[in-house]
Amino acid sequence: MTVLVWAEHNGVALKDATLNAVTAAAQLGAVHVLVAGFGVDSVAAQAAQIAGVEKVLVADDAAYAHGLAENIAPLVVAVMADHDAFVATATTTGKNIAPRVAALLDVAQLSEILSVEGPKTFTRPIYAGNAIATVESSDAKLVITARGTAFAKAEATGGSAVIETVSGAGESGLSSFIGAELAKSERPELTSAKIIVSGGRALKDADTFAATILPLADKLGAAVGASRAAVDAGYVSNDYQVGQTGKIVAPEVYVAVGISGAIQHLAGMKDSKTIIAINKDEDAPIFQVADFGLVADLYTAVPELTGKL
Amino acid sequence: MKIVVPVKRVLDYNVKPRVKADGSGVDLANVKMSMNPFDEIAVEEAVRLKEQGTASEVVVVSVGPAKASETLRSALAMGADRAIHVVSEDEVEPLAVAKILKGVVVDETPDLVILGKQAIDDDSNQVGQMLAALLGRPQGTFASKVEMDGASVLVTREVDGGLETVRLALPAIVTTDLRLNEPRYASLPNIMKAKSKPLAAKAPADYGVDITPRLKVLQVKEPAQRSAGIKIADVDALIGKLKELGVA
Amino acid sequence: MTIVRDEMAYDVVIVGGGPAGLSTAIRLKQLNADLSVCVLEKGSEIGAHILSGAVVDPRAMDELLPDWRDSDCPLAQTPVTDNWHWVLTRKGHYAMPHALMPPFMSNEGCYTTSLGNLCRWLGGKAEELGVEIFPGFPASEVLFDDSGALIGVQTGDMGVDREGQPKGDFQPGMRLLARYTVLAEGARGHLTKRVKAQFDLERDCQPQVYGLGIKELWDIDPEKHVPGRVLHTQGWPLSESESWGGGFLYHQAGGQVALGFVTALDYKNPHVSPYEEFQRWKQHPSIRAILEGGKRVSYGARVINEGGWQSVPQLAFPGGVLAGCSAGFVNVPRIKGSHTAMKSGILAAEAISAALAAGRGGDTLADYDAAVRDSWIASELKLVQNAQPLVAKFGGALGTVLAGADMWARVLKVNPFGPMQHHTDAEATGRADLYKPIAYPKADGVISFDRLTNVSYSFTNHEEEQPCHLRLKDASVPVSVNLPIYAGPEARYCPAGVYEFLGEGAEKRLQINAQNCLHCKTCDIKDTTGNIDWATPEGGGGPNYPNM
Ligand SMILES: Cc1cc2nc3c(=O)[nH]c(=O)nc-3n(C[C@H](O)[C@H](O)[C@H](O)COP(=O)(O)OP(=O)(O)OC[C@H]3O[C@@H](n4cnc5c(N)ncnc54)[C@H](O)[C@@H]3O)c2cc1C
Ligand SMILES: Cc1cc2nc3c(=O)[nH]c(=O)nc-3n(C[C@H](O)[C@H](O)[C@H](O)COP(=O)(O)OP(=O)(O)OC[C@H]3O[C@@H](n4cnc5c(N)ncnc54)[C@H](O)[C@@H]3O)c2cc1C
Ligand code: SF4
Repeated sequence: MTVLVWAEHNGVALKDATLNAVTAAAQLGAVHVLVAGFGVDSVAAQAAQIAGVEKVLVADDAAYAHGLAENIAPLVVAVMADHDAFVATATTTGKNIAPRVAALLDVAQLSEILSVEGPKTFTRPIYAGNAIATVESSDAKLVITARGTAFAKAEATGGSAVIETVSGAGESGLSSFIGAELAKSERPELTSAKIIVSGGRALKDADTFAATILPLADKLGAAVGASRAAVDAGYVSNDYQVGQTGKIVAPEVYVAVGISGAIQHLAGMKDSKTIIAINKDEDAPIFQVADFGLVADLYTAVPELTGKL
Repeated sequence: MKIVVPVKRVLDYNVKPRVKADGSGVDLANVKMSMNPFDEIAVEEAVRLKEQGTASEVVVVSVGPAKASETLRSALAMGADRAIHVVSEDEVEPLAVAKILKGVVVDETPDLVILGKQAIDDDSNQVGQMLAALLGRPQGTFASKVEMDGASVLVTREVDGGLETVRLALPAIVTTDLRLNEPRYASLPNIMKAKSKPLAAKAPADYGVDITPRLKVLQVKEPAQRSAGIKIADVDALIGKLKELGVA
Repeated sequence: MTIVRDEMAYDVVIVGGGPAGLSTAIRLKQLNADLSVCVLEKGSEIGAHILSGAVVDPRAMDELLPDWRDSDCPLAQTPVTDNWHWVLTRKGHYAMPHALMPPFMSNEGCYTTSLGNLCRWLGGKAEELGVEIFPGFPASEVLFDDSGALIGVQTGDMGVDREGQPKGDFQPGMRLLARYTVLAEGARGHLTKRVKAQFDLERDCQPQVYGLGIKELWDIDPEKHVPGRVLHTQGWPLSESESWGGGFLYHQAGGQVALGFVTALDYKNPHVSPYEEFQRWKQHPSIRAILEGGKRVSYGARVINEGGWQSVPQLAFPGGVLAGCSAGFVNVPRIKGSHTAMKSGILAAEAISAALAAGRGGDTLADYDAAVRDSWIASELKLVQNAQPLVAKFGGALGTVLAGADMWARVLKVNPFGPMQHHTDAEATGRADLYKPIAYPKADGVISFDRLTNVSYSFTNHEEEQPCHLRLKDASVPVSVNLPIYAGPEARYCPAGVYEFLGEGAEKRLQINAQNCLHCKTCDIKDTTGNIDWATPEGGGGPNYPNM
């Protein structure tokens, strides 16, 4: 099976998300990477170095500069004539393009797969991850988006793929890119942050919360979250609430400070890759899900941690 | 201007799904079902465009079991004008839904189709994009802002790391993200009025669509429980772990 | 700000889509299809707020919809096949011989089912008959005319912020006017409470008393599942705190068991936690054995009337009637109130339909009150009317024996004790320093669970931006009275962890997590000084019980 991987990039450099897709694709067959963009030689060169990639296909055209699905999908469909599967990481770009490709190929799409169980069999989350379905495709070609955190990153170097150029129909005339406004706030946004530091009721009041949690978050470049108890007590506004009735987050690292770990809080963060808990009660339920637990008074532990980082 | 809004009946978001003991799926018997939250946002957006005088008619469509007519009534109570119910007791996959919707669009010739970005049951996030592909029309997915501008629509999209704005030629397909708006409550008088708004029943065959599934669900299980990790001795050990994780 | 409210007139407005309300609606339409009838239900759908056992006596169903057995009715699924009554000791149990139980306790001919599902089915029947059902719309206010007669109800406002100010999405509640209004809110109805006071409906009866029923639904090991088996327990663990109540465990359809524990709310020891009593009851070896290898799939709580016949108030007042547990027709020893609730609904419908046909409206339906007192509801309840007071007076073991003797005596048509008196549950609460604190075992996460984890299986929720629906008449009472004198019992009796005392010393305060509320109504009943008023929250809020 030959698999076409969608390269995520920003026009000059390849994004890490591509490496997760390569790992997923390699479990299915030979890996080709499609780099579509405008003036993307450097990206193609980077893609060629990914370990395990056989071939890099480059489509260089102004129409592909902004990843508009209307222009990209026909290109992918054309290239798919020689491939058996298309894999994109489930980023907003991947999710935008892949279903359009699937429909044009008249195949079902497998969204956000978590694992490859067989040549046509995959697991994927349904009901916001509350259930995992094992599904088998009956289509001749596969179109897949893969959840990034479920697949390790392929080695970015070590490979030496051949680079070929391909071309598609180019501009569709259906849509145009007007502009982008990338979030530049000092603190990353809660739902997309890689690291989150959350505080609970133990933080006493708004001032203590700010004085304790914010410096640690700053040091780690982390977003700030909170439990409902902290929000209800007015330490922070309810945009910060993580949990069943707040935001659902899945960062690389989640640090819970003075949070007991009630099931409704866990519902919002249990898919985090690594959970760290600081709590003075060694029986707090948060320790049942934490990868690393520190039983300590947060008022000594957190300042010490912030100071030493 | 006419707007078509597809809506889906799903397990209410307050209810935690229960995986059936035999692994055949999630138990939906006697549990509360509601309109997919992203679809409520889509209905709200369409109704607002109508209230602003930009749109003249809002048509809601649901592909689903008999009970999905309740979901359509909820959309009518929010302010949609009429409904089309494509009845199917069998599960219809996103591609087949998109094909049916294509048929609806061909009949109705709307300028805009607004859908939820994904249904919170199967979490596929596909139908809008597929519909756009099948119609050969542009798509503005994950919208947080929709502005009509003559023969085109400006859509601000929520993308990883920020926002992006695209201009789409009409007719266009838009899918909604959470921040687009806050859907209204259907008031009791409007619920009463909605009972007499037109609701047409159709079948997938009316649109010539074969709904045979392409994917076979072999098993549905609960996700693995997270297990407790280790207790670490002190702050220094914690810093060590943070370094290993590459965040400190 | 003046709010313009829409108004709509019906022949009959029914508050509450439980067995009583739905039976009223169905019978009204059966009697006269032209009547306009609407049902308001605060739950997000019919059945969402129904929590019961339930073993149902089909007597009223046979009268309401005689062919129910052949109409896909969930009630027909599981006839009772096997009936047990255990007295639990700390480590073991002994089964009460059937011969010692009065005949009506046998559950022969009864069915076990989810009452919520039965209501879903009844709701479908009512809609087929043309009843308008509006789930997600609580009746929040009673409307009176100048003469003081009830003329209808008003639904709750939606989109109001914490301070009571309208938000952008504000939707004013609607006035629903009716020639007769039926209050079928179930035990401790919020409007019923006001109407009872307004018309002094309890002037000739004993105060109502209640038990708090806390329930879980489990998928159990198929090997242990015996469809139709019904088990009741008494004794341990309440025997340890000199409280009374008991457990039930019903093997229902789909490999599930419904199990629960009712604690009478007249318990004196304020350290008692009905929730923890239930959790440790499940750990009793005889119960644990049934649950091991199974999985809890749902959780909930609701109060049940325990006053019996002597607490039945006047049932009719100008413009309206009380039906079902709004009035209180539970047969306490049988823990059954759904059949009487339905029967009272039928009788209410008959009286209303006759009055409407005679061109009446807005008057007092004395015929309904008389019909109930003349029906099998009265004869059934009179037979058992001393069970609760005897147990309350003499304690679990002796009381039960006496109650049994009393019930036997009544079957044999002698009346040894005469009707007995009640105290309110709030009055019963004793001072904390006079009672021993109770050390409850920690949840093991397998058979017993912590409260907040269980609450998540009720699927309850409330919009956060709304006024707190648990209203304190005097905000200082929790800290100035309840905490020092009674050790803050609300932190324990609430099965949803709504009430938490936070802070130290002078900073002590009561935190009310209204979002967690299960609408069980315990706080409205048991608060020591009656300081808590349960009001209807924004529509659709509250539990979303599946199969409960
Ligand atoms: C319908 C519903 C929805 C809900 N939604 C949410 C939600 O979205 N998000 C959410 O978070 N909750 C939610 N909850 C509430 C949830 O059940 C808990 O009540 C809440 O998460 C508790 O917050 P907490 O852990 O901060 O407070 P607590 O449970 O009070 O825990 C405080 C913790 O801090 C520790 N601590 C105290 N002092 C110190 C110290 N000096 N040093 C270290 N540790 C200390 C204590 O040991 C304790 O473990 C919901 C509940 C319901 C019923
Ligand atoms: C734990 C437990 C076990 C039980 N076991 C059994 C048993 O085995 N057999 C049996 O026969 N009975 C049993 N009962 C008793 C039985 O459940 C009740 O008698 C019966 O439910 C009463 O019916 P109802 O219609 O009067 O009230 P409910 O069933 O309480 O229904 C009232 C309805 O009205 C709604 N409502 C209330 N107020 C408003 C308002 N203001 N606006 C809008 N809607 C409102 C509620 O949400 C609810 O849906 C049990 C009860 C409990 C608590
Ligand atoms: S707040 Fe009151 S009504 Fe709500 S669950 Fe607690 S005790 Fe029951």
